[in-house]
Amino acid sequence: MSSAATVLTMDDWLEVGRLDDIPRLGARVVRTLYGDVAVFRAGDDHVFALDDRCPHKGGPLSQGIVFDHKVACPLHNWCIELNSGCAVAPDEGLARSYPVKVEDGVVYLQLAGARAAH
Amino acid sequence: MSKEKLVLIGNGMAGVRTLEELLTLAPERYEITVFGAEPYGNYNRILLSPVLAGEKTINDIILNDEQWYRDNQITLYTGKKVVEVNRARRQVIAEDGTVAPYDRLLLATGSNPFIIPVPGNDLPGVVSFRDIHDVNAMLAASQHYRRAVVIGGGLLGLEAANGLLKQGMEVIVVHLLDTLMERQLDKPAAALLKLSLEQRGLKFLMGAQTAAIIGEDRVRGVRFKDGSEVAADLVVMAVGIRPNADLAKKIGLHCERGVIVNDTMQTYDPRVYAVGECVQHRGMSYGLVAPLFEQAKVCANHLAGFGYSRYQGSVTSTKLKVTGIDLFSAGNYIGGEGCEDIVYKDPGHGVYKKLVLKDNKIEGAVLYGDTVDGAWYFQLMRDGTDVSDIRAGLLFGQAHLGDSGHGGQNAVAMMADSAEICGCNGVCKGTIVKAITEKGLFTLDDVRAHTKASASCGSCTGLVEQLLANTVGDYSASSKEKSMCGCTDHSHEKVRKVISEQHLTSIRAVMDFCEWRSADGCAKCRPALNYYLIAAWPNEVRDDYQSRFINERAHANIQKDGTYSVVPRIWGGVTTPAELRAIAEVADKYKVPTVKITGGQRIDLLGVKKEDLPRMWGDLNKAGFVSGHAYGKSLRTVKTCVGSEWCRFGTQDSTGLGIKIEKMTWGSWTPHKFKIAVSGCPRNCAEATIKDYGVVCVDSGYELHVGGNGGIKVRVTDLLCKVTTEEEVMEYCGAFMQVYREEAQYLERTAPWIERVGLSYVKQRVVEDAAGRKELYRRFLESQQQAQVDPWAERAEHGVDRHEFVPLKQVAK
Ligand code: SRM
Ligand SMILES: Cc1cc2nc3c(=O)[nH]c(=O)nc-3n(C[C@H](O)[C@H](O)[C@H](O)COP(=O)(O)OP(=O)(O)OC[C@H]3O[C@@H](n4cnc5c(N)ncnc54)[C@H](O)[C@@H]3O)c2cc1C
Ligand code: SF4
Ligand code: FES
Repeated sequence: MSSAATVLTMDDWLEVGRLDDIPRLGARVVRTLYGDVAVFRAGDDHVFALDDRCPHKGGPLSQGIVFDHKVACPLHNWCIELNSGCAVAPDEGLARSYPVKVEDGVVYLQLAGARAAH
Repeated sequence: MSKEKLVLIGNGMAGVRTLEELLTLAPERYEITVFGAEPYGNYNRILLSPVLAGEKTINDIILNDEQWYRDNQITLYTGKKVVEVNRARRQVIAEDGTVAPYDRLLLATGSNPFIIPVPGNDLPGVVSFRDIHDVNAMLAASQHYRRAVVIGGGLLGLEAANGLLKQGMEVIVVHLLDTLMERQLDKPAAALLKLSLEQRGLKFLMGAQTAAIIGEDRVRGVRFKDGSEVAADLVVMAVGIRPNADLAKKIGLHCERGVIVNDTMQTYDPRVYAVGECVQHRGMSYGLVAPLFEQAKVCANHLAGFGYSRYQGSVTSTKLKVTGIDLFSAGNYIGGEGCEDIVYKDPGHGVYKKLVLKDNKIEGAVLYGDTVDGAWYFQLMRDGTDVSDIRAGLLFGQAHLGDSGHGGQNAVAMMADSAEICGCNGVCKGTIVKAITEKGLFTLDDVRAHTKASASCGSCTGLVEQLLANTVGDYSASSKEKSMCGCTDHSHEKVRKVISEQHLTSIRAVMDFCEWRSADGCAKCRPALNYYLIAAWPNEVRDDYQSRFINERAHANIQKDGTYSVVPRIWGGVTTPAELRAIAEVADKYKVPTVKITGGQRIDLLGVKKEDLPRMWGDLNKAGFVSGHAYGKSLRTVKTCVGSEWCRFGTQDSTGLGIKIEKMTWGSWTPHKFKIAVSGCPRNCAEATIKDYGVVCVDSGYELHVGGNGGIKVRVTDLLCKVTTEEEVMEYCGAFMQVYREEAQYLERTAPWIERVGLSYVKQRVVEDAAGRKELYRRFLESQQQAQVDPWAERAEHGVDRHEFVPLKQVAK
């Protein structure tokens, strides 16, 4: 379990796995000391990362149904925009988002920078 | 590229609603200009009646104030009537000479009140009832004068009369015919209405034909054809409306009574669209808001350039907005050739209900005094439901069935603001009313989205609809066919049909064939499509896990804190000391915080971490357990009682039979969850008569019951038939489940499904047609061959979906 542990500095791009490890229209979780980050893969292979906590009552967004660039929270069905983390109107709320990129099929996540920015 | 120019003529309800819809679809597409003959922003015309009655003020009924137009960069000209349109140059010209160019033009000029052609109809003191100006004139008159005559005993006339009465005037209603509201009511209902309006102080002159309005510089009275007269200081003409197609005719658009439009709301000039009361579509003009809003939605879709939506006409219903009088009317309420009436009459309590049936379907309804079930009848009418099986109880309505969650209330008008309406989400009446007025909500879906009221279990839907009707008027939905979701206009039935006829075997193929509007579908349609595909082609379709709700993907129920619960199958509710020991050990090993006996005769292990699930399942598998599917739209439990093996009253081996049934049915996917029970005698300790399929053993065999529900709305089963052998119980069970699997809508349990299709239909398929039953049973067993693989074992031993249960990465920082 601890084999994947890595030490990071601010603004590092952290390699989190291969794009193929995330199901299309699905998500996987990256465990951090500050809580879980959900990494989503949309139908068009765009990748997004959000705090794995729904702005409504903390539901794990990684477990929701992904469609277009949105996810429906598994607990009470709020819809969250994957790129901004904003709840789709009329619901209001924000899940923190993180920069992600894919290079050569590998997914990288920037955890620390985003944390400071918010 | 500069924006296209859109000009709207008519700043009323239909026109502005179209703009609102358009702004959500394509906010940047047009530069918009609006001309309105009235000197106001956009207001809710139907609430003029409560304004006249002093129950609301003009401020309360404004829908969009001038700030709204500014915020959306719309140029608004109020008090400017458009008198000419130059279609060659594409210019709109107003009375005062203002000119506005357009690329697209939208006509929404509403209707004109009909003024009867008699001498004196233009005297001061003669008004119509159409706009704020009219209401102000009436309110002013009520300050200075005493006697009002309202000509017209229809909806508008009675609302006007009631308002003037409330303002302290003496009011006489003059009506040409001998029954009030003859376009909405039959004679008995009209008589009750007349009586109760008379008790409030209104006077009526029936069968009176107006010949002249008399007076010199102001109205003094009304003279009738027979020479008689009544005195009047104010005369309100409310005899009907005519589509206002004056401008359209003048500029050469094809008109009959109204402006002719096609299913996309386009007139004969492709650049010109029209919506609202001024329109004539497939020979019909509408004078109620619900259909106009549907037109607005379609029109906006085309203006936005999406081009896929069609307006196909509406079915309408009416209510009278006189506080304290409950009245509902829809469809053909008179009857006639080939129709039958069912009538309930209790004049002592002021209640009258009549349903008109034709070919076992509801053709029309009139309800007076008790209108709680209006929406239900209207739904049955629009769906064309065969009501022969529920006919006996039809007039008693749905309300006599126990709804849980809102304290048995069925009328909201008298409830306090603090009364809880939605028991799931804790939403009070005051909160809902506030959201409706402040956010300008009109539909049930709007209210659900904004307040969450009735968005969960839905048992308070009727109450929320009443609140909507009381607050903004009646906008009951009226479209003829419900689409699956926002991604498509096709209904569930149509999609299922296409899947089997076209032999479609993937979600992608269905979406392509039916031209889905969104790339991936949504959380509503994808699970439904996935189910329809599996049910149609069990041997070919690959289950699409990403289209399943998390519970069915993780094979456990997600809990509020993101942990899961595990419910092993306990066949027929019978267990052994060894099994109990194994469960206890698993609970200890994985530090399960709560172990609970469920309402379904089994054991729930709650609070399990997702990563622990596969190993825990492995341990349970070793003790002989498989998944209980407590998480699935699938066979849940087969509840049993002890039966003839132990019970002194037992007639058959209910426990053993229950276990056999569960072994046959477990693992099957169904439109909604499916519950079975077997009771050993009519004492029915397994509660078989509130299950989807219930067996009650009797000495001579087995009674089979279907369509029960013990949840949100309690529904007792219907008796399907009686059989004599266990083999038959199994065969009927499989056949019944298979019709349900093949034909019900996703997320529709057997109870509402049977009410929709009728018990007779189910009996015909499962009982009368023996060959058909055997074929259904065969198809059920065939699909079970694919379905009866323990999902827990696959994941525990064979690493299926491993990605579901382990994090992508663990980061320490
Ligand atoms: C665990 C259990 C409560 C308990 O502690 O006893 C339970 C728990 C839940 N029920 Fe239930 N129901 C449980 C027996 C029942 C029963 C009683 C029964 O089956 O005899 C009923 C009424 C009978 C019926 O269904 O007609 C019942 C009627 C509902 C309903 C209303 C269904 C309806 O058609 O009206 C829902 C909501 C739904 O399904 O949409 C629901 C939904 C739920 C959900 C799945 C809510 C949710 O979406 O998360 C709960 C999941 C909790 C979990 O994670 O385990 N539960 N639920 C019971 C599990 C039984 C089992 O062994 O599988
Ligand atoms: C008192 C009353 C009570 C009602 N109650 C109900 C009810 O309970 N339920 C229900 O569903 N419906 C009810 N209605 C009917 C409902 O209000 C109408 O169906 C609806 O308002 C019609 O919308 P519309 O946009 O077609 O017309 P309108 O709302 O009338 O809008 C048309 C607008 O166009 C303007 N106009 C016309 N010609 C021109 C021109 N040449 N240039 C510029 N502007 C022009 C008019 O001044 C008007 O403002 C009621 C109506 C009234 C009057
Ligand atoms: S277990 Fe059932 S009744 Fe209890 S809170 Fe959950 S859904 Fe409601
Ligand atoms: S916690 Fe996400 S919708 Fe409620």
